[in-house]
Amino acid sequence: MRSLGPLLLVVVLTGACEPAEPPAHQRVIGGDPRLGRTVAAVYGCTACHDIPGIGQATGTVGPSLGAFGMRAYIAGRLPNRPAMLTSWLRDPPAIDPATAMPALGLSESEARHVAAFLYTLR
Amino acid sequence: MAAALLLGISGCEGPQSALTPDGAGARALASLWWIMAAGAVVIFLFVIGCAVYATRVAPRAHPDFAGTWFILGGGVALPVVVLSALLTYSFVLGRDLSRAPGPEALRIEVIGKQWWWEVRYRPPGGGEPVVSANELRLPVGEPVELVLSATDVIHSFWLPAIAGKRDMIPGRTTHLVLEVEEPGIWRGQCAEYCGGPHALMAFYAIAQAQGDFAAWLEREAQTAKEPDDPFLASGKALFHDSGCGACHTIRGTPADGELGPDLTHLGNRRSLAAGTLPNNVGTIAGWIADSQHIKPANRMPSFNTFTGRELRAIAAYLASLK
Repeated sequence: MRSLGPLLLVVVLTGACEPAEPPAHQRVIGGDPRLGRTVAAVYGCTACHDIPGIGQATGTVGPSLGAFGMRAYIAGRLPNRPAMLTSWLRDPPAIDPATAMPALGLSESEARHVAAFLYTLR
Repeated sequence: MAAALLLGISGCEGPQSALTPDGAGARALASLWWIMAAGAVVIFLFVIGCAVYATRVAPRAHPDFAGTWFILGGGVALPVVVLSALLTYSFVLGRDLSRAPGPEALRIEVIGKQWWWEVRYRPPGGGEPVVSANELRLPVGEPVELVLSATDVIHSFWLPAIAGKRDMIPGRTTHLVLEVEEPGIWRGQCAEYCGGPHALMAFYAIAQAQGDFAAWLEREAQTAKEPDDPFLASGKALFHDSGCGACHTIRGTPADGELGPDLTHLGNRRSLAAGTLPNNVGTIAGWIADSQHIKPANRMPSFNTFTGRELRAIAAYLASLK
């Protein structure tokens, strides 16, 4: 049993290297974080947002999305919950007519993937 | 060693690789490259073999005459023959790559500018050129003559998967002939350091069947379509009232500036800011608001003077120009 000690330590330590698992209230049904990261890169979200995990993105037009999973409100308007986030991603001006963020034309499933990705940012 | 070599070159694939050629010119260049690489490997192994033989296998004095013949043969005669052959091969290849395909061929002028590409299509039969930017559309299966020039500093046109590299020099024109065999999309890059954001001066080449290309060119030659809803119309008005037309042309509107890319059909392009961003309403808005952060020192100032709604309207108008 003693020889298992270091192994256990390694398992525990490397466990911290996995993307953070979002809490239950931020689980996005049908959302795959890895696909979401790809969708965000393909749409070029980094033109405006600093997004950890996507290239060398440092966009400064909109807010940084670092630790987005910890954010209480979306765009200072909506509680940060999956259904609200996917609505926002699909059509921001419908929720806040004064926003500078356009509707990018994301499908419902694309929005869910991106939402799942954003909740891994903690 | 072969495994290591394979591992090393397996990273050399993708839409911007000279080692995965998709055009006649690039194929000829890739053959030259492989012949030179194989020859270099053979000569390298032979030289190392001789060194090992002389120092490890038979480390004793060798008769003088063997050394003399070896130096004259391997050190003078062989390089003269090999290098002359390679030089002739590459000169002939270079001549073929820039040989004009005849007056009936499509000619496309590509003009390098800091830090974007102006592209002018001159269909056979004359007429006004069709002006576009930052994207090269090509018909499949016919030779196209590129006429290359530059207006400010030296640039270099390089579309590695299709053809060789050709410098674009102010005050001169250079030529390159492309022939693409299959429809597809490849990436090209300015290959001569041209200051500031040189690394962000890229473009996409899109090859289409000849019918599709002709249809595209006919659409591209038309003037911009009028906005068909009030939001887009407000974007158009903001574009003009804010003076964007001082640098940009949108044919069919008062905007006739020539410092920046023609935006008449911006919505059809694959990328924004010469291959810097994917092209959609979101990246257009981001680019307008913060172009100096996205592509530092480029010629367009950041315009973060619009309200959120105004910015969306301008971006939506530009994205609608298809």
